[in-house]
Amino acid sequence: MTPEQYPKVYLYQRIVQAKLYIDNNYADKIDLDNISDEAYFSKFHFIRLFKKVYGKTPHQYLTFIRIEKATQLLRIGKPVTEVCYAVGFESLSSFGSLFKRIVGSTPSAFLEEQQQIKIQIAKSPLKFVPGCFISQNGWDEK
Amino acid sequence: MITKLSHITLYVLNQDSALDFYTNKLGFKIVTDVPMGPESRWLTVCPPEQPDIEIVLFPITVGKMFPKETANTIIEMIKKGTFGCGVFECNDIYATYEELKAKGVEFMKAPKEEFYGTEALFKDDSGNWFSLQPKSNAASAK
Repeated sequence: MTPEQYPKVYLYQRIVQAKLYIDNNYADKIDLDNISDEAYFSKFHFIRLFKKVYGKTPHQYLTFIRIEKATQLLRIGKPVTEVCYAVGFESLSSFGSLFKRIVGSTPSAFLEEQQQIKIQIAKSPLKFVPGCFISQNGWDEK
Repeated sequence: MITKLSHITLYVLNQDSALDFYTNKLGFKIVTDVPMGPESRWLTVCPPEQPDIEIVLFPITVGKMFPKETANTIIEMIKKGTFGCGVFECNDIYATYEELKAKGVEFMKAPKEEFYGTEALFKDDSGNWFSLQPKSNAASAK
């Protein structure tokens, strides 16, 4: 089977390219109107198809991916202010409120929680591994 | 009474490469990442919408768990594509196929409508293969 045999292949390819564009450029100012132009769709047709495939409008997806990237940066210990601007937000307050709405805690509380997990891992790494793997690998002998 | 599956082991040839594949290509999240001395690392990932299962990315290395002959046999079998390791679900199989293909994932079978539903087959970076199926066969971007 060649890929072209499934229905609406070019439609899918354009929607996926738009999604990948957001994935790769979330940190910049993204004009979603330009994305629909590049995908050769009218704005409303593009938004409707994008939502059908990904369950979110392009704007909702952009916010989602920015917050997702923010959690990754906070996990490795980056400060909240740095993370806010690194993922494309222009104000700390909008970053903070969207982060809390999606993740369930504030960025600083999330950062603190991740720091505590790191301390626990450093102190007692074996607590994070099922016992059978510990004994089979001899990790308890070291 | 068993209530749920918490961990499942996936044997991989290279843990760093597997981490790149499962996070950057498939979009999975890291659940646990714990160093176990200078040469070992306990590393688990999960599909983005299934945080309560940990897929253990377990490298085949000669040691207590795998004597040399056993390790070599398993490595050869993985490379040959012996192991079909599971079925992953997605919202839209055509969009997922196009995205993974754009990211360089090797497909053994493009999405095809079979009597049991639409299915595609892909390999991970080691050679383990998986089936990809849509949550609903009715999903399409029309």
